[in-house]
Amino acid sequence: MSAPGRPKREYRSAQREGTPVSPPGRPKGELLPLGGKARSAKGEQMTSVYRKRLYVNRMNLVMSLCMMAFGMMFLLWILWVLFANGLAALSPTLFTQTTPPPGSAGGLANAIYGSVVIVLVATFISTPIGILAGIYLAEYGKNGWLARLTRFINDILLSAPSIVIGLFVYTVYVMQVGHFSGWAGSFALALIAIPVVVRTTENMLHLVPASLREAAVALGAPMWKVILRVTLKAVRGGVVTGVLLAVARMSGETAPLLFTALNNQFWSTSMDAPMANLPVVIFQFAMSPFDDWKNLAWAGALLITLTVLAINILARTVFRQSDVR
Amino acid sequence: MNFDAAAVRLVPETPSPPEPSAKMSCRKLDFFYGNFQALSNIDLDIAERRVTAFIGPSGCGKSTLLRTLNRMYSLYPGQRATGEIAFNGQNILEPGVDLNMLRAKVGMVFQKPTPFPMSIHDNIAFGVSLYENLSQRDMDERVEWALTKAAMWGEAKDKLKQSGMALSGGQQQRLCIARAVAVKPEVLLLDEPTSALDPISTAKIEELISELKRDHTIAIVTHNMQQAARVSDYTGYMYLGELVEFGATDEIFLKPGKKETEDYITGRFG
Repeated sequence: MSAPGRPKREYRSAQREGTPVSPPGRPKGELLPLGGKARSAKGEQMTSVYRKRLYVNRMNLVMSLCMMAFGMMFLLWILWVLFANGLAALSPTLFTQTTPPPGSAGGLANAIYGSVVIVLVATFISTPIGILAGIYLAEYGKNGWLARLTRFINDILLSAPSIVIGLFVYTVYVMQVGHFSGWAGSFALALIAIPVVVRTTENMLHLVPASLREAAVALGAPMWKVILRVTLKAVRGGVVTGVLLAVARMSGETAPLLFTALNNQFWSTSMDAPMANLPVVIFQFAMSPFDDWKNLAWAGALLITLTVLAINILARTVFRQSDVR
Repeated sequence: MNFDAAAVRLVPETPSPPEPSAKMSCRKLDFFYGNFQALSNIDLDIAERRVTAFIGPSGCGKSTLLRTLNRMYSLYPGQRATGEIAFNGQNILEPGVDLNMLRAKVGMVFQKPTPFPMSIHDNIAFGVSLYENLSQRDMDERVEWALTKAAMWGEAKDKLKQSGMALSGGQQQRLCIARAVAVKPEVLLLDEPTSALDPISTAKIEELISELKRDHTIAIVTHNMQQAARVSDYTGYMYLGELVEFGATDEIFLKPGKKETEDYITGRFG
Protein backbone atom coordinates (compact mmCIF):
# COMPACT_ATOMS: atom_id res chain seq x y z
CA MET A 1 0.00 0.00 0.00
CA SER A 2 2.60 2.51 1.00
CA ALA A 3 5.09 1.35 -1.58
CA PRO A 4 4.01 3.57 -4.51
CA GLY A 5 4.58 6.75 -2.54
CA ARG A 6 8.03 6.06 -1.28
CA PRO A 7 10.44 6.10 -4.21
CA LYS A 8 8.97 9.38 -5.34
CA ARG A 9 9.53 10.90 -1.97
CA GLU A 10 13.12 9.76 -1.83
CA TYR A 11 13.66 11.13 -5.28
CA ARG A 12 12.26 14.49 -4.34
CA SER A 13 14.12 14.80 -1.11
CA ALA A 14 17.35 13.87 -2.85
CA GLN A 15 16.66 16.54 -5.42
CA ARG A 16 16.11 19.10 -2.74
CA GLU A 17 19.42 18.35 -1.10
CA GLY A 18 21.19 18.80 -4.38
CA THR A 19 22.22 15.19 -4.95
CA PRO A 20 22.23 14.44 -8.66
CA VAL A 21 19.63 11.78 -9.22
CA SER A 22 18.36 10.81 -12.62
CA PRO A 23 14.59 10.86 -12.89
CA PRO A 24 13.11 7.37 -12.58
CA GLY A 25 11.99 5.60 -15.72
CA ARG A 26 13.84 7.33 -18.49
CA PRO A 27 17.61 7.69 -18.65
CA LYS A 28 18.82 10.87 -20.27
CA GLY A 29 20.17 9.19 -23.42
CA GLU A 30 16.69 8.08 -24.41
CA LEU A 31 15.66 11.51 -25.68
CA LEU A 32 15.08 11.51 -29.41
CA PRO A 33 17.20 13.86 -31.51
CA LEU A 34 14.27 15.43 -33.28
CA GLY A 35 16.16 17.51 -35.82
CA GLY A 36 18.08 14.46 -36.95
CA LYS A 37 21.31 16.41 -36.70
CA ALA A 38 23.46 16.17 -33.60
CA ARG A 39 24.81 19.37 -32.09
CA SER A 40 27.17 18.34 -29.32
CA ALA A 41 29.57 15.52 -28.67
CA LYS A 42 26.96 13.97 -26.50
CA GLY A 43 24.47 14.37 -29.32
CA GLU A 44 26.74 12.44 -31.72
CA GLN A 45 26.72 9.53 -29.36
CA MET A 46 22.99 9.70 -29.07
CA THR A 47 22.44 9.51 -32.79
CA SER A 48 24.62 6.43 -33.14
CA VAL A 49 22.55 4.75 -30.46
CA TYR A 50 19.45 5.96 -32.19
CA ARG A 51 20.63 4.70 -35.59
CA LYS A 52 21.34 1.30 -34.19
CA ARG A 53 17.88 1.20 -32.73
CA LEU A 54 16.33 2.16 -36.05
CA TYR A 55 18.31 -0.61 -37.74
CA VAL A 56 17.22 -3.23 -35.20
CA ASN A 57 13.67 -2.02 -35.56
CA ARG A 58 13.78 -2.45 -39.34
CA MET A 59 15.30 -5.90 -39.07
CA ASN A 60 12.57 -7.01 -36.73
CA LEU A 61 9.89 -5.53 -38.92
CA VAL A 62 11.20 -7.33 -42.02
CA MET A 63 11.49 -10.62 -40.19
CA SER A 64 8.00 -10.51 -38.77
CA LEU A 65 6.57 -9.51 -42.15
CA CYS A 66 8.31 -12.51 -43.76
CA MET A 67 6.93 -14.88 -41.15
CA MET A 68 3.47 -13.45 -41.56
CA ALA A 69 3.67 -13.87 -45.33
CA PHE A 70 4.80 -17.47 -44.87
CA GLY A 71 1.83 -18.27 -42.67
CA MET A 72 -0.64 -16.40 -44.84
CA MET A 73 0.63 -18.19 -47.94
CA PHE A 74 -0.56 -21.56 -46.66
CA LEU A 75 -3.88 -20.19 -45.54
CA LEU A 76 -4.52 -18.58 -48.90
CA TRP A 77 -3.32 -21.72 -50.65
CA ILE A 78 -5.88 -23.80 -48.74
CA LEU A 79 -8.63 -21.32 -49.55
CA TRP A 80 -7.57 -21.25 -53.21
CA VAL A 81 -7.70 -25.05 -53.60
CA LEU A 82 -11.00 -25.13 -51.74
CA PHE A 83 -12.61 -22.48 -53.91
CA ALA A 84 -11.18 -23.89 -57.15
CA ASN A 85 -12.64 -27.33 -56.47
CA GLY A 86 -15.68 -26.37 -54.45
CA LEU A 87 -17.10 -23.56 -56.56
CA ALA A 88 -17.42 -25.86 -59.55
CA ALA A 89 -19.39 -28.33 -57.50
CA LEU A 90 -21.76 -25.76 -55.97
CA SER A 91 -25.27 -25.96 -57.40
CA PRO A 92 -28.85 -25.44 -56.22
CA THR A 93 -29.44 -29.20 -56.12
CA LEU A 94 -26.96 -29.29 -53.24
CA PHE A 95 -29.71 -27.92 -51.02
CA THR A 96 -32.64 -29.87 -52.47
CA GLN A 97 -31.44 -33.44 -52.97
CA THR A 98 -30.09 -35.98 -50.54
CA THR A 99 -26.74 -37.71 -50.74
CA PRO A 100 -26.77 -39.98 -53.77
CA PRO A 101 -25.55 -43.51 -54.33
CA PRO A 102 -22.36 -43.58 -56.39
CA GLY A 103 -22.82 -42.77 -60.03
CA SER A 104 -26.03 -40.75 -59.77
CA ALA A 105 -26.76 -37.10 -59.18
CA GLY A 106 -27.61 -35.77 -55.72
CA GLY A 107 -27.04 -33.07 -53.13
CA LEU A 108 -26.24 -32.60 -49.51
CA ALA A 109 -29.66 -31.57 -48.18
CA ASN A 110 -29.81 -34.26 -45.49
CA ALA A 111 -26.24 -33.54 -44.35
CA ILE A 112 -26.81 -29.79 -44.20
CA TYR A 113 -30.02 -30.26 -42.22
CA GLY A 114 -28.36 -32.75 -39.89
CA SER A 115 -25.35 -30.51 -39.26
CA VAL A 116 -27.52 -27.49 -38.52
CA VAL A 117 -29.77 -29.39 -36.09
CA ILE A 118 -26.92 -31.18 -34.29
CA VAL A 119 -24.93 -27.98 -33.88
CA LEU A 120 -27.99 -25.99 -32.75
CA VAL A 121 -28.91 -28.55 -30.10
CA ALA A 122 -25.29 -28.69 -28.94
CA THR A 123 -25.27 -24.89 -28.70
CA PHE A 124 -28.43 -24.87 -26.59
CA ILE A 125 -26.89 -27.44 -24.26
CA SER A 126 -23.47 -25.86 -23.95
CA THR A 127 -24.28 -22.14 -23.77
CA PRO A 128 -26.08 -22.04 -20.39
CA ILE A 129 -23.70 -24.52 -18.80
CA GLY A 130 -20.66 -22.68 -20.12
CA ILE A 131 -21.85 -19.20 -19.18
CA LEU A 132 -22.92 -20.23 -15.67
CA ALA A 133 -19.65 -22.06 -15.06
CA GLY A 134 -17.73 -19.04 -16.36
CA ILE A 135 -19.66 -16.79 -13.97
CA TYR A 136 -18.82 -19.12 -11.10
CA LEU A 137 -15.12 -19.05 -11.92
CA ALA A 138 -14.87 -15.30 -12.39
CA GLU A 139 -17.27 -13.99 -9.74
CA TYR A 140 -17.63 -16.58 -7.00
CA GLY A 141 -14.88 -19.19 -7.07
CA LYS A 142 -12.07 -16.79 -7.96
CA ASN A 143 -8.98 -18.48 -6.53
CA GLY A 144 -10.61 -21.05 -4.28
CA TRP A 145 -9.58 -24.69 -4.64
CA LEU A 146 -12.79 -25.65 -6.48
CA ALA A 147 -12.35 -22.86 -9.01
CA ARG A 148 -8.69 -23.70 -9.58
CA LEU A 149 -9.54 -27.37 -10.05
CA THR A 150 -12.36 -26.52 -12.44
CA ARG A 151 -10.11 -24.18 -14.40
CA PHE A 152 -7.46 -26.90 -14.67
CA ILE A 153 -9.93 -29.53 -15.88
CA ASN A 154 -11.50 -27.03 -18.24
CA ASP A 155 -8.11 -26.32 -19.78
CA ILE A 156 -7.54 -30.03 -20.29
CA LEU A 157 -10.95 -30.38 -21.94
CA LEU A 158 -10.20 -27.35 -24.08
CA SER A 159 -7.21 -29.06 -25.61
CA ALA A 160 -8.49 -32.66 -25.46
CA PRO A 161 -8.37 -34.42 -28.84
CA SER A 162 -11.93 -34.40 -30.15
CA ILE A 163 -11.72 -38.09 -31.03
CA VAL A 164 -11.36 -38.85 -27.33
CA ILE A 165 -14.57 -36.99 -26.67
CA GLY A 166 -16.25 -38.93 -29.49
CA LEU A 167 -15.11 -42.22 -27.98
CA PHE A 168 -16.30 -41.11 -24.54
CA VAL A 169 -19.83 -40.38 -25.75
CA TYR A 170 -19.74 -43.62 -27.76
CA THR A 171 -18.98 -45.57 -24.60
CA VAL A 172 -21.34 -43.90 -22.17
CA TYR A 173 -24.27 -43.16 -24.50
CA VAL A 174 -24.18 -44.92 -27.88
CA MET A 175 -23.22 -48.31 -26.37
CA GLN A 176 -25.94 -48.00 -23.72
CA VAL A 177 -28.80 -47.17 -26.09
CA GLY A 178 -27.43 -49.53 -28.70
CA HIS A 179 -27.44 -47.27 -31.77
CA PHE A 180 -25.86 -44.12 -33.22
CA SER A 181 -28.00 -41.01 -33.01
CA GLY A 182 -28.20 -37.29 -33.56
CA TRP A 183 -28.53 -36.76 -29.81
CA ALA A 184 -25.22 -38.49 -29.21
CA GLY A 185 -23.64 -36.20 -31.81
CA SER A 186 -25.04 -33.14 -30.07
CA PHE A 187 -23.77 -34.32 -26.69
CA ALA A 188 -20.29 -34.87 -28.08
CA LEU A 189 -20.22 -31.43 -29.73
CA ALA A 190 -21.56 -29.81 -26.55
CA LEU A 191 -18.66 -31.32 -24.62
CA ILE A 192 -16.32 -29.64 -27.08
CA ALA A 193 -18.11 -26.29 -26.88
CA ILE A 194 -18.51 -26.03 -23.09
CA PRO A 195 -14.83 -25.39 -22.29
CA VAL A 196 -14.66 -22.73 -25.01
CA VAL A 197 -17.70 -20.89 -23.62
CA VAL A 198 -16.48 -21.26 -20.03
CA ARG A 199 -13.11 -19.83 -20.92
CA THR A 200 -14.41 -16.85 -22.91
CA THR A 201 -17.08 -16.01 -20.35
CA GLU A 202 -14.55 -16.06 -17.54
CA ASN A 203 -12.00 -14.03 -19.48
CA MET A 204 -14.62 -11.49 -20.48
CA LEU A 205 -15.84 -11.08 -16.90
CA HIS A 206 -12.25 -10.55 -15.80
CA LEU A 207 -12.17 -7.58 -18.18
CA VAL A 208 -14.89 -5.83 -16.20
CA PRO A 209 -13.10 -3.24 -14.08
CA ALA A 210 -13.36 -3.96 -10.36
CA SER A 211 -14.66 -0.42 -9.92
CA LEU A 212 -17.81 -1.18 -11.93
CA ARG A 213 -18.55 -4.21 -9.78
CA GLU A 214 -17.84 -2.22 -6.62
CA ALA A 215 -20.05 0.62 -7.79
CA ALA A 216 -22.99 -1.74 -8.12
CA VAL A 217 -22.22 -3.39 -4.79
CA ALA A 218 -21.94 0.07 -3.18
CA LEU A 219 -25.60 0.69 -3.99
CA GLY A 220 -26.53 -2.31 -1.88
CA ALA A 221 -27.14 -4.68 -4.77
CA PRO A 222 -26.88 -8.40 -4.02
CA MET A 223 -24.21 -10.30 -5.93
CA TRP A 224 -26.50 -12.09 -8.39
CA LYS A 225 -28.10 -8.80 -9.40
CA VAL A 226 -24.71 -7.19 -9.85
CA ILE A 227 -23.67 -10.03 -12.15
CA LEU A 228 -26.85 -10.24 -14.20
CA ARG A 229 -27.62 -6.55 -14.55
CA VAL A 230 -24.16 -4.99 -14.57
CA THR A 231 -21.08 -7.14 -15.15
CA LEU A 232 -22.49 -9.73 -17.55
CA LYS A 233 -24.34 -6.98 -19.38
CA ALA A 234 -21.14 -4.99 -19.74
CA VAL A 235 -19.48 -7.86 -21.59
CA ARG A 236 -22.44 -9.41 -23.37
CA GLY A 237 -20.84 -8.74 -26.75
CA GLY A 238 -17.76 -10.70 -25.78
CA VAL A 239 -19.77 -13.57 -24.36
CA VAL A 240 -21.90 -13.81 -27.51
CA THR A 241 -18.69 -13.79 -29.53
CA GLY A 242 -17.42 -16.70 -27.45
CA VAL A 243 -20.58 -18.68 -28.11
CA LEU A 244 -20.35 -17.96 -31.85
CA LEU A 245 -16.72 -19.05 -31.94
CA ALA A 246 -17.72 -22.26 -30.17
CA VAL A 247 -20.41 -22.78 -32.83
CA ALA A 248 -17.77 -22.25 -35.51
CA ARG A 249 -15.52 -24.78 -33.86
CA MET A 250 -18.32 -27.33 -33.57
CA SER A 251 -19.44 -27.07 -37.18
CA GLY A 252 -16.11 -28.38 -38.42
CA GLU A 253 -15.62 -31.25 -35.99
CA THR A 254 -15.59 -34.69 -37.64
CA ALA A 255 -14.10 -37.18 -35.20
CA PRO A 256 -16.72 -36.86 -32.43
CA LEU A 257 -19.57 -37.25 -34.95
CA LEU A 258 -17.99 -40.33 -36.51
CA PHE A 259 -18.54 -42.22 -33.26
CA THR A 260 -21.89 -40.70 -32.37
CA ALA A 261 -24.17 -39.40 -35.11
CA LEU A 262 -22.39 -41.45 -37.75
CA ASN A 263 -24.13 -40.81 -41.07
CA ASN A 264 -27.39 -41.43 -42.86
CA GLN A 265 -27.74 -41.44 -46.60
CA PHE A 266 -31.47 -40.83 -46.44
CA TRP A 267 -33.51 -37.82 -45.38
CA SER A 268 -34.10 -38.30 -41.66
CA THR A 269 -35.20 -35.73 -39.13
CA SER A 270 -35.14 -38.07 -36.13
CA MET A 271 -32.55 -37.09 -33.54
CA ASP A 272 -32.83 -40.58 -32.12
CA ALA A 273 -31.44 -42.22 -35.24
CA PRO A 274 -28.15 -41.98 -37.12
CA MET A 275 -28.06 -38.58 -38.74
CA ALA A 276 -26.31 -37.26 -41.80
CA ASN A 277 -23.93 -34.36 -41.23
CA LEU A 278 -21.50 -32.44 -43.39
CA PRO A 279 -18.15 -33.34 -41.77
CA VAL A 280 -18.73 -37.11 -41.87
CA VAL A 281 -20.17 -36.95 -45.40
CA ILE A 282 -17.07 -35.06 -46.51
CA PHE A 283 -14.89 -37.64 -44.78
CA GLN A 284 -16.61 -40.58 -46.50
CA PHE A 285 -17.10 -39.01 -49.91
CA ALA A 286 -13.58 -37.61 -50.14
CA MET A 287 -12.11 -41.05 -49.46
CA SER A 288 -14.29 -42.73 -52.07
CA PRO A 289 -13.08 -43.51 -55.61
CA PHE A 290 -16.15 -41.90 -57.24
CA ASP A 291 -15.73 -38.49 -58.87
CA ASP A 292 -19.24 -37.19 -58.20
CA TRP A 293 -18.88 -38.06 -54.52
CA LYS A 294 -15.53 -36.27 -54.42
CA ASN A 295 -17.11 -33.21 -55.99
CA LEU A 296 -19.87 -33.24 -53.37
CA ALA A 297 -17.19 -33.47 -50.67
CA TRP A 298 -15.50 -30.36 -52.08
CA ALA A 299 -18.82 -28.54 -52.13
CA GLY A 300 -19.49 -29.56 -48.55
CA ALA A 301 -16.05 -28.44 -47.45
CA LEU A 302 -16.58 -25.08 -49.10
CA LEU A 303 -19.99 -24.73 -47.45
CA ILE A 304 -18.56 -25.38 -43.99
CA THR A 305 -15.69 -22.99 -44.56
CA LEU A 306 -18.00 -20.23 -45.75
CA THR A 307 -20.32 -20.79 -42.79
CA VAL A 308 -17.46 -20.65 -40.30
CA LEU A 309 -16.11 -17.56 -42.06
CA ALA A 310 -19.53 -15.91 -41.89
CA ILE A 311 -19.89 -16.74 -38.18
CA ASN A 312 -16.45 -15.33 -37.46
CA ILE A 313 -17.15 -12.14 -39.35
CA LEU A 314 -20.48 -11.85 -37.56
CA ALA A 315 -18.76 -12.35 -34.20
CA ARG A 316 -16.14 -9.76 -34.96
CA THR A 317 -18.36 -7.05 -36.41
CA VAL A 318 -21.91 -7.19 -35.12
CA PHE A 319 -20.99 -8.17 -31.58
CA ARG A 320 -17.77 -6.25 -31.38
CA GLN A 321 -16.78 -5.56 -27.80
CA SER A 322 -16.99 -1.84 -27.28
CA ASP A 323 -18.56 -1.51 -23.87
CA VAL A 324 -15.62 -2.50 -21.69
CA ARG A 325 -13.13 0.23 -21.10
CA MET B 1 -11.23 12.22 20.85
CA ASN B 2 -9.68 14.89 18.68
CA PHE B 3 -12.93 15.70 17.02
CA ASP B 4 -14.80 16.66 20.16
CA ALA B 5 -11.96 18.80 21.38
CA ALA B 6 -11.76 20.52 18.03
CA ALA B 7 -15.47 21.17 17.98
CA VAL B 8 -15.29 22.78 21.39
CA ARG B 9 -12.41 24.98 20.37
CA LEU B 10 -14.28 25.97 17.27
CA VAL B 11 -17.32 27.27 19.06
CA PRO B 12 -16.17 30.81 19.93
CA GLU B 13 -15.13 31.49 16.33
CA THR B 14 -18.19 30.18 14.56
CA PRO B 15 -21.18 30.30 16.79
CA SER B 16 -23.88 29.54 14.22
CA PRO B 17 -23.81 25.78 13.49
CA PRO B 18 -25.06 23.67 16.36
CA GLU B 19 -22.61 21.05 17.51
CA PRO B 20 -23.15 18.02 15.30
CA SER B 21 -23.46 14.53 16.65
CA ALA B 22 -21.33 11.68 15.38
CA LYS B 23 -22.89 9.68 12.56
CA MET B 24 -20.17 7.07 12.40
CA SER B 25 -17.47 6.51 14.98
CA CYS B 26 -14.39 4.36 14.65
CA ARG B 27 -12.70 3.04 17.74
CA LYS B 28 -9.34 1.23 17.70
CA LEU B 29 -9.82 0.45 14.03
CA ASP B 30 -7.11 -1.71 12.45
CA PHE B 31 -7.14 -2.90 8.87
CA PHE B 32 -5.14 -5.62 7.17
CA TYR B 33 -4.48 -6.60 3.57
CA GLY B 34 -3.40 -10.14 4.34
CA ASN B 35 -0.44 -9.60 6.63
CA PHE B 36 0.08 -5.96 5.76
CA GLN B 37 -1.44 -3.56 8.23
CA ALA B 38 -2.87 -0.62 6.33
CA LEU B 39 -4.66 1.17 9.18
CA SER B 40 -3.67 1.17 12.78
CA ASN B 41 -5.61 2.32 15.77
CA ILE B 42 -7.88 4.82 14.07
CA ASP B 43 -10.16 6.70 16.44
CA LEU B 44 -12.47 9.22 14.91
CA ASP B 45 -16.02 10.49 14.67
CA ILE B 46 -17.66 11.47 11.42
CA ALA B 47 -20.06 14.29 12.16
CA GLU B 48 -23.64 14.14 11.02
CA ARG B 49 -24.54 16.45 8.13
CA ARG B 50 -21.00 17.69 7.87
CA VAL B 51 -18.24 17.11 5.36
CA THR B 52 -15.22 15.27 6.70
CA ALA B 53 -12.16 15.26 4.48
CA PHE B 54 -9.18 12.92 4.60
CA ILE B 55 -5.86 14.08 3.19
CA GLY B 56 -2.44 12.51 3.09
CA PRO B 57 0.13 11.11 0.66
CA SER B 58 -0.64 8.16 -1.63
CA GLY B 59 -0.85 4.87 0.17
CA CYS B 60 -1.49 6.40 3.58
CA GLY B 61 -4.77 4.52 4.00
CA LYS B 62 -7.35 7.21 3.22
CA SER B 63 -9.21 5.12 0.67
CA THR B 64 -8.83 2.04 2.83
CA LEU B 65 -10.51 3.90 5.69
CA LEU B 66 -13.37 4.87 3.41
CA ARG B 67 -13.73 1.30 2.20
CA THR B 68 -14.10 0.01 5.75
CA LEU B 69 -16.97 2.43 6.40
CA ASN B 70 -19.25 0.56 3.98
CA ARG B 71 -17.35 -2.72 4.28
CA MET B 72 -16.49 -2.69 0.61
CA TYR B 73 -13.36 -4.63 1.55
CA SER B 74 -15.53 -7.66 2.40
CA LEU B 75 -15.71 -8.39 -1.33
CA TYR B 76 -12.12 -9.54 -1.16
CA PRO B 77 -10.94 -12.46 0.89
CA GLY B 78 -7.80 -11.70 2.87
CA GLN B 79 -8.85 -8.18 3.79
CA ARG B 80 -10.11 -7.69 7.31
CA ALA B 81 -10.76 -4.99 9.85
CA THR B 82 -10.73 -5.20 13.62
CA GLY B 83 -11.96 -2.76 16.21
CA GLU B 84 -15.29 -1.03 16.08
CA ILE B 85 -17.22 1.21 13.73
CA ALA B 86 -20.49 2.34 15.24
CA PHE B 87 -23.23 3.32 12.81
CA ASN B 88 -26.76 3.92 14.09
CA GLY B 89 -25.84 2.18 17.34
CA GLN B 90 -24.53 -0.94 15.65
CA ASN B 91 -20.97 -2.14 15.21
CA ILE B 92 -20.83 -2.74 11.47
CA LEU B 93 -17.66 -4.81 11.72
CA GLU B 94 -19.51 -7.58 13.53
CA PRO B 95 -20.26 -10.73 11.59
CA GLY B 96 -23.87 -11.08 10.56
CA VAL B 97 -24.33 -7.45 9.55
CA ASP B 98 -26.57 -7.17 6.48
CA LEU B 99 -24.00 -5.77 4.09
CA ASN B 100 -26.44 -4.96 1.30
CA MET B 101 -28.57 -2.96 3.72
CA LEU B 102 -25.50 -1.22 5.13
CA ARG B 103 -24.30 -0.24 1.66
CA ALA B 104 -27.73 1.06 0.78
CA LYS B 105 -27.40 3.44 3.74
CA VAL B 106 -23.73 4.23 3.28
CA GLY B 107 -23.32 5.09 -0.40
CA MET B 108 -20.05 5.48 -2.24
CA VAL B 109 -18.73 7.34 -5.27
CA PHE B 110 -15.44 6.27 -6.78
CA GLN B 111 -12.43 7.97 -8.27
CA LYS B 112 -13.22 6.96 -11.83
CA PRO B 113 -16.74 7.38 -13.17
CA THR B 114 -18.43 3.98 -13.31
CA PRO B 115 -21.65 4.27 -15.29
CA PHE B 116 -23.46 0.96 -15.69
CA PRO B 117 -23.97 -0.33 -19.23
CA MET B 118 -27.56 0.91 -19.39
CA SER B 119 -29.49 4.10 -20.03
CA ILE B 120 -29.10 7.19 -17.85
CA HIS B 121 -32.57 6.61 -16.43
CA ASP B 122 -31.83 2.97 -15.62
CA ASN B 123 -28.46 3.84 -14.11
CA ILE B 124 -30.35 5.73 -11.42
CA ALA B 125 -33.36 3.44 -11.24
CA PHE B 126 -31.10 0.41 -10.69
CA GLY B 127 -30.20 1.29 -7.12
CA VAL B 128 -33.62 2.67 -6.23
CA SER B 129 -35.49 -0.42 -7.42
CA LEU B 130 -33.37 -2.61 -5.17
CA TYR B 131 -35.04 -1.31 -2.02
CA GLU B 132 -38.15 0.54 -3.11
CA ASN B 133 -41.13 -0.54 -5.13
CA LEU B 134 -41.96 2.61 -7.05
CA SER B 135 -44.51 3.12 -9.79
CA GLN B 136 -43.22 4.24 -13.18
CA ARG B 137 -44.24 7.82 -12.40
CA ASP B 138 -42.66 7.90 -8.96
CA MET B 139 -39.51 6.42 -10.39
CA ASP B 140 -39.36 9.08 -13.09
CA GLU B 141 -39.78 11.71 -10.41
CA ARG B 142 -37.01 10.17 -8.34
CA VAL B 143 -34.70 10.12 -11.35
CA GLU B 144 -35.42 13.78 -12.00
CA TRP B 145 -34.90 14.60 -8.32
CA ALA B 146 -31.55 12.81 -8.19
CA LEU B 147 -30.32 14.32 -11.45
CA THR B 148 -31.37 17.76 -10.26
CA LYS B 149 -29.46 17.25 -7.05
CA ALA B 150 -26.39 16.29 -9.01
CA ALA B 151 -26.76 19.43 -11.17
CA MET B 152 -27.35 17.31 -14.23
CA TRP B 153 -31.03 17.44 -14.98
CA GLY B 154 -30.62 20.21 -17.53
CA GLU B 155 -28.07 18.25 -19.52
CA ALA B 156 -29.65 14.83 -19.16
CA LYS B 157 -33.39 15.39 -19.33
CA ASP B 158 -33.55 15.00 -23.11
CA LYS B 159 -31.39 11.89 -23.25
CA LEU B 160 -32.60 9.75 -20.38
CA LYS B 161 -32.89 6.79 -22.72
CA GLN B 162 -29.31 7.12 -23.96
CA SER B 163 -26.52 5.00 -22.60
CA GLY B 164 -24.82 6.41 -19.53
CA MET B 165 -21.52 5.45 -21.09
CA ALA B 166 -21.93 7.94 -23.91
CA LEU B 167 -21.64 10.91 -21.52
CA SER B 168 -18.48 12.92 -20.95
CA GLY B 169 -16.27 12.12 -17.96
CA GLY B 170 -17.61 14.94 -15.81
CA GLN B 171 -21.19 14.10 -16.67
CA GLN B 172 -20.57 10.43 -15.96
CA GLN B 173 -19.22 11.31 -12.53
CA ARG B 174 -22.22 13.49 -11.75
CA LEU B 175 -24.43 10.64 -12.96
CA CYS B 176 -22.65 8.37 -10.48
CA ILE B 177 -23.27 10.89 -7.72
CA ALA B 178 -26.92 11.18 -8.74
CA ARG B 179 -27.12 7.39 -8.66
CA ALA B 180 -25.66 7.30 -5.16
CA VAL B 181 -27.94 10.11 -3.94
CA ALA B 182 -31.05 8.55 -5.50
CA VAL B 183 -31.16 5.73 -2.97
CA LYS B 184 -31.20 8.40 -0.23
CA PRO B 185 -28.25 7.13 1.78
CA GLU B 186 -27.54 8.53 5.21
CA VAL B 187 -23.82 8.71 4.60
CA LEU B 188 -22.03 9.37 1.34
CA LEU B 189 -18.42 8.31 0.89
CA LEU B 190 -16.55 10.11 -1.89
CA ASP B 191 -13.23 8.58 -2.90
CA GLU B 192 -11.36 11.27 -4.83
CA PRO B 193 -14.50 12.08 -6.79
CA THR B 194 -12.94 14.85 -8.86
CA SER B 195 -9.46 13.55 -9.58
CA ALA B 196 -10.38 12.56 -13.13
CA LEU B 197 -12.29 15.75 -13.91
CA ASP B 198 -11.58 19.14 -15.42
CA PRO B 199 -11.82 22.29 -13.25
CA ILE B 200 -15.34 23.18 -14.35
CA SER B 201 -16.77 19.76 -13.52
CA THR B 202 -14.77 19.83 -10.30
CA ALA B 203 -16.31 23.13 -9.30
CA LYS B 204 -19.79 21.77 -10.04
CA ILE B 205 -19.16 18.73 -7.89
CA GLU B 206 -17.76 20.80 -5.04
CA GLU B 207 -20.86 22.97 -5.15
CA LEU B 208 -22.88 19.81 -5.10
CA ILE B 209 -21.06 18.54 -2.02
CA SER B 210 -21.91 21.70 -0.10
CA GLU B 211 -25.49 21.29 -1.25
CA LEU B 212 -25.65 17.62 -0.24
CA LYS B 213 -24.43 18.11 3.29
CA ARG B 214 -27.77 19.57 4.23
CA ASP B 215 -29.26 16.09 4.14
CA HIS B 216 -26.27 13.77 4.09
CA THR B 217 -23.20 13.03 6.11
CA ILE B 218 -20.24 13.13 3.77
CA ALA B 219 -16.74 11.71 4.00
CA ILE B 220 -14.39 12.66 1.19
CA VAL B 221 -10.88 11.54 0.31
CA THR B 222 -8.95 14.01 -1.76
CA HIS B 223 -5.44 14.72 -2.96
CA ASN B 224 -6.34 18.30 -3.57
CA MET B 225 -5.65 20.29 -0.42
CA GLN B 226 -7.52 23.37 -1.63
CA GLN B 227 -10.50 21.16 -2.24
CA ALA B 228 -10.37 19.80 1.29
CA ALA B 229 -10.11 23.35 2.61
CA ARG B 230 -13.01 24.51 0.43
CA VAL B 231 -15.58 21.81 0.99
CA SER B 232 -14.95 20.23 4.36
CA ASP B 233 -15.87 21.08 7.93
CA TYR B 234 -13.46 18.60 9.47
CA THR B 235 -10.17 17.33 8.13
CA GLY B 236 -8.04 14.36 9.06
CA TYR B 237 -4.41 14.07 8.01
CA MET B 238 -3.27 10.50 7.56
CA TYR B 239 0.19 9.08 7.14
CA LEU B 240 1.31 5.44 6.93
CA GLY B 241 -1.99 4.11 8.14
CA GLU B 242 -2.35 6.39 11.09
CA LEU B 243 -4.59 9.33 11.68
CA VAL B 244 -1.94 11.88 12.55
CA GLU B 245 -4.25 14.80 13.21
CA PHE B 246 -7.95 15.39 13.09
CA GLY B 247 -9.93 18.51 13.72
CA ALA B 248 -11.93 21.37 12.30
CA THR B 249 -10.74 22.21 8.80
CA ASP B 250 -9.85 25.83 9.65
CA GLU B 251 -7.82 24.60 12.54
CA ILE B 252 -5.91 22.02 10.49
CA PHE B 253 -5.13 24.39 7.67
CA LEU B 254 -4.44 27.57 9.63
CA LYS B 255 -2.70 26.32 12.73
CA PRO B 256 -2.07 22.60 12.55
CA GLY B 257 -1.06 21.05 15.85
CA LYS B 258 1.61 18.80 14.48
CA LYS B 259 4.67 19.47 12.42
CA GLU B 260 4.00 16.58 9.96
CA THR B 261 0.60 18.00 9.16
CA GLU B 262 2.01 21.43 8.57
CA ASP B 263 4.77 20.05 6.33
CA TYR B 264 2.28 18.16 4.24
CA ILE B 265 -0.17 21.02 3.92
CA THR B 266 2.50 23.53 2.99
CA GLY B 267 3.89 21.13 0.40
CA ARG B 268 7.25 20.56 2.02
CA PHE B 269 6.57 16.87 2.13
CA GLY B 270 4.68 14.38 0.03
